[in-house]
Amino acid sequence: MAASIGIDSRHLLPASTREHPPGWWAMVCLIITEGALFAYFLFSYFYLESMAPQWPPNNLPELKLAGPNTVILIASSFVIWWAARGIAVGQQMRLRIGLLITAIMGVVFLIIQSREYASLKFTASSHAYGSLFITITAFHFAHVVVGVLMILTTELRAWLGHFTAHRHLAVTNTVLYWHFVDIVWLFVFTALYLTPRIWGHS
Amino acid sequence: MATTAPYSEPTAETAAHLDQIWHTPHTLYGRLATVDHKIIGIRYLVTSFVFLALGGLEAAAMRAQLAQPNLHLLSPEAYNQIFTMHGTTMIFWYAAPILSGFSNYLWPLLLGSRDMALPRVNALSYWLFLFSGIFLYSSALVGQMPDRGWFAYAPMTELRYSPALNMDFYALALLFLTISTTVGSINFLVTMLKMRAPGMSINRMPIMIWSTATISLSVLFALPSLSAACTFLFFDRRLAMHFFDSAQGGSPLLWQHLFWIFGHPWVYIVVLPAMGMASMMIPTFCRRPLAGHTYVVMATIMTGLIGFGVWVHHMFATGLPPMAMSFFSAASLTIVIPSAVTVFAWIATLWDSKPVMRTPMLFLLGFVVLFVIGGVSGVMTAALPFDWQLTDTYFVVAHLHYVLIGINLFPVVAAVYYWFPKMTGRMMSERLGRWNFWVMFIGFNLGFFPMHISGLLGMPRRIYTYGGGLGWDVANLVTSIGAYVFAIGVLLFFINVIVSRRTGAVAGDNPWDGGTLEWSVSSPPPEYNFLVIPTVRSREPLWEDRLGSAQRSSIREGPTLAEGRETVGTTPLDAELARVLTMPEDSLLPLALALVTLVLFYGLLLQAWWVAGVAAFGVYIVLNIWLWPKATEPLSEEG
Amino acid sequence: MSVRSRCTGRTPGLGASAAALIAWLGSACAGAPSPFRPASEPAAQLASLGWLLTIIAAIVCVIIMVLVLIPALRGWRATRARELPPLHRGDGERWIVIGGIAIPVVMLLGVFVVTAATLSKTSHPPTRARFMIQVTGHQWWWEVHYPSPDPQQNVTTANEIHIPIGEPIALRVDSRDVIHSFWVPQLHGKIDVIPGQTNTFWFRADSAGVYRGQCAEYCGIQHTHMALQVVAEPRAQFEAWLAQQRRPAVAPGDALALAGRAAFERQACSLCHAIQGTGAAGKLGPDLTHVASRMMLGAGTIPNTPGHLAGWIMNSQTIKPGNDMPQMYIDGASLHAIMAYLATLH
Repeated sequence: MAASIGIDSRHLLPASTREHPPGWWAMVCLIITEGALFAYFLFSYFYLESMAPQWPPNNLPELKLAGPNTVILIASSFVIWWAARGIAVGQQMRLRIGLLITAIMGVVFLIIQSREYASLKFTASSHAYGSLFITITAFHFAHVVVGVLMILTTELRAWLGHFTAHRHLAVTNTVLYWHFVDIVWLFVFTALYLTPRIWGHS
Repeated sequence: MATTAPYSEPTAETAAHLDQIWHTPHTLYGRLATVDHKIIGIRYLVTSFVFLALGGLEAAAMRAQLAQPNLHLLSPEAYNQIFTMHGTTMIFWYAAPILSGFSNYLWPLLLGSRDMALPRVNALSYWLFLFSGIFLYSSALVGQMPDRGWFAYAPMTELRYSPALNMDFYALALLFLTISTTVGSINFLVTMLKMRAPGMSINRMPIMIWSTATISLSVLFALPSLSAACTFLFFDRRLAMHFFDSAQGGSPLLWQHLFWIFGHPWVYIVVLPAMGMASMMIPTFCRRPLAGHTYVVMATIMTGLIGFGVWVHHMFATGLPPMAMSFFSAASLTIVIPSAVTVFAWIATLWDSKPVMRTPMLFLLGFVVLFVIGGVSGVMTAALPFDWQLTDTYFVVAHLHYVLIGINLFPVVAAVYYWFPKMTGRMMSERLGRWNFWVMFIGFNLGFFPMHISGLLGMPRRIYTYGGGLGWDVANLVTSIGAYVFAIGVLLFFINVIVSRRTGAVAGDNPWDGGTLEWSVSSPPPEYNFLVIPTVRSREPLWEDRLGSAQRSSIREGPTLAEGRETVGTTPLDAELARVLTMPEDSLLPLALALVTLVLFYGLLLQAWWVAGVAAFGVYIVLNIWLWPKATEPLSEEG
Repeated sequence: MSVRSRCTGRTPGLGASAAALIAWLGSACAGAPSPFRPASEPAAQLASLGWLLTIIAAIVCVIIMVLVLIPALRGWRATRARELPPLHRGDGERWIVIGGIAIPVVMLLGVFVVTAATLSKTSHPPTRARFMIQVTGHQWWWEVHYPSPDPQQNVTTANEIHIPIGEPIALRVDSRDVIHSFWVPQLHGKIDVIPGQTNTFWFRADSAGVYRGQCAEYCGIQHTHMALQVVAEPRAQFEAWLAQQRRPAVAPGDALALAGRAAFERQACSLCHAIQGTGAAGKLGPDLTHVASRMMLGAGTIPNTPGHLAGWIMNSQTIKPGNDMPQMYIDGASLHAIMAYLATLH
């Protein structure tokens, strides 16, 4: 009965176009506001730096772990991009493998980051610099955790065959989010690790 | 893209079928699981009015205490908690959510859609709003309500100066509410981009859509600043960090910057949608389209933008360099121009018509007057060196009440009178409405105008009493009397709502002869809103014939989409048909997610980290269930 | 009085309404520490700007009200006809361009020019200040410090600032705890008192008198009772006051006061209060070396009379609940002696 009533109108509508669906726009909005959050974190960092007699208060943050970690995270963006291109042309296996590699790279990032925390000579309650350093990187850490969880869920769904070349919004959104997490890290890394080397006074 | 010709007029059978598809059962499950934007919108309105009443009771207590010098009705602790809760409640739990209520209710009806883009997110944002308010007010149960003022300047909020839970409630409740506001704003933006009826290109969008969309974008950029500030505060307090601790390299001014970077845009967030509603209502009563529609749209967007560049004017006395202050002073003056454009658009609309002076119109004209008073007193505070005399006095209290009550509450009351018939099918009492307006308007001015004077007489804000002989007695007594008269006016409004809901005259579909789409459906609207998805060709589809427009919208004929919960998605700019969107069924998931979030925040409050951790995991689980495609339609998530 | 007339004289042509308003303010609000009763050059500058803005604001409000009221009245008559007037297209973009853009731009430019001019005239003293006062905010009182090149000559007092009239006074403010705001409306605008940041400002008084100031930034439970007095006096009188304040407390002459001093040192008083020249060196509360010379107690809460003082010593919590001075348990004889001693501290 339902079909008989609706059919007169439905066939006149285009099935689907290249227009982005609502879920995609929602993810873009979420990324905008999350990006703004990190922008305010970094604003706070530079604001307190501008008032500090010495910044960072002790040693410059080490690049030994953070440098390679940055490379890993950025590389993972290319991997997930490769995976997403795969499903766009219907290659299920490419998606599954790409997502898995990305998730592994994300976990490696988290492990290295944890070691970085263990090696720090200050804590969040040592001084305002410590509070900022830990809070900003920990928020990013949490975003990577969320990203990895999203990738793992998407991976599971990829194995369950939920995605086709035309329908894979969850993949698109996961990829968007992961790119965001990576790009934010570039800003965080530049602010916390590089700028003190450029104009820091310590 | 699609023309209207091939569609035939839908039958009664179609209507019955749509009813069945979109019906939410009146059971406990139905009530908790509904995703109907109209029910959610009304819940938002009612809950916000409850918070308005709470904030009003707090105000009444304060005005009793300040009616005469040296009164002892309230202890200093009680007064400080009450004034903080008054400001926090009114600004965060009334002024913004009330507008979300109207937008939730009206947007799909204005847009010609069957629901918001993300109906479950809509339900989620309501539950989060409700629970965050309950979380905030649970502080009263332990006698530890926030007590550091609604803008809570550090370092007075730090653990050293505020060892109890008061400010933990503040920081966490705001973070909690932030989630609600953010997901709500995302929903508005996506709805604006995707859910407009075919043909409603952006130049045909009603002003209210523009204003709410503008502030929703502002929310995405502004609210994280508050989130950052409240996170820092909580970390300072409970994790011994030092963001605001000048002894350890932090800065109390960091709080002020973050708070006002958020706070000033927030002022526009709580007034622009109300101005947008006024721009919808005034033309109806003036029997003509809004003068300078495009100007008003541009002014709305400009206000949203400039709102981000003026935050320092809250900090003129903090010892900033004069050059920086001049810049922010100039920026603050600039923001007058878009407001003036809007006011003159209303005046132009009024000027060449004979406005129909029904109750909503009384409130709207009162609103224009109060807007102007609040605007010019704002110019006075923006004029920097004089602000050194005004800031933190009752002059500022007067100014912000003219802004918030004048530009938020008055249009909100007008909007209730205006859309109440749509929501309930009944008119509100016109006779009581007139009383309502005059008591409110006179009470308001009697109560708040003298505050300008007590401020100019040197009375600082946030004092729980004052000595006699300082010249402040008369102004304060008049203020207190006016405040109570105003409260009676608000009470009349509530009475009118309650009484008219049962006894009001039957309204019909379009009692004011409005021109926008919400008036084309029955009052109250069917659960599916529109029998057919309309195709829109002008800003006032219902006035086209009488205004002699060349193009005609199609309201009675169009796609019925009666195969399931479906509506159409259109392209962001031109609103061309893009796809059929499958809308979600009723669901308990939004409620579940909000409840888990509530547990999470109580865990943080009590520093029961494991509770918070378990709850965070619960959020993850619920989200996965939420996003998992349904077994029956595994590929449906794209709609 | 002379200042007020000078102030209105500087902004001529403001009309009778302003005069009426001043008269009303003057009568109903006599004694108010109002920015519109300036007692100094910078405060008068601010007041002039304030009046100008008030007048502009009033004119704008009246014009808009008229513009709203006229169509409303027209509409009222039409509404009685109970028939909706026909729809019409209408126009009116001219209104928006003229009233919403052109006029406001011109007016705001004018306001900005006047504002910037006043800012440059008031943000710094016209001549270099001869001396500087340091004010430190505490919850909930003001520590006032007159530094001198010779540290022996430093003066520390509380809640009462004496200044010579007719010359700019440099002001350095900082806070020991939370944010306060230093404000003496009749002498100049506010300057926030922020921990970890020393703000500089200035003010002056042009006529002798006592001017009330009050903390303007909410600073906790007793923000309400955090006032101060500025005593502006001719240079000679001021110098005499300063000289007196520089002296340590004199040893009391009579036995009762001596017993009072001993009691003061023995009781908890000396843990928080300092009296120069005695063993009392507490830093938490106001310096009491010359407490008898001050007009008010408890940061402007009560007048400094023997009765109030006794009540304050015994239980200041009933007078200023939440302040840091605990309820004291002092026997009658000791209280009597302490009172006698404090009375000698001129």
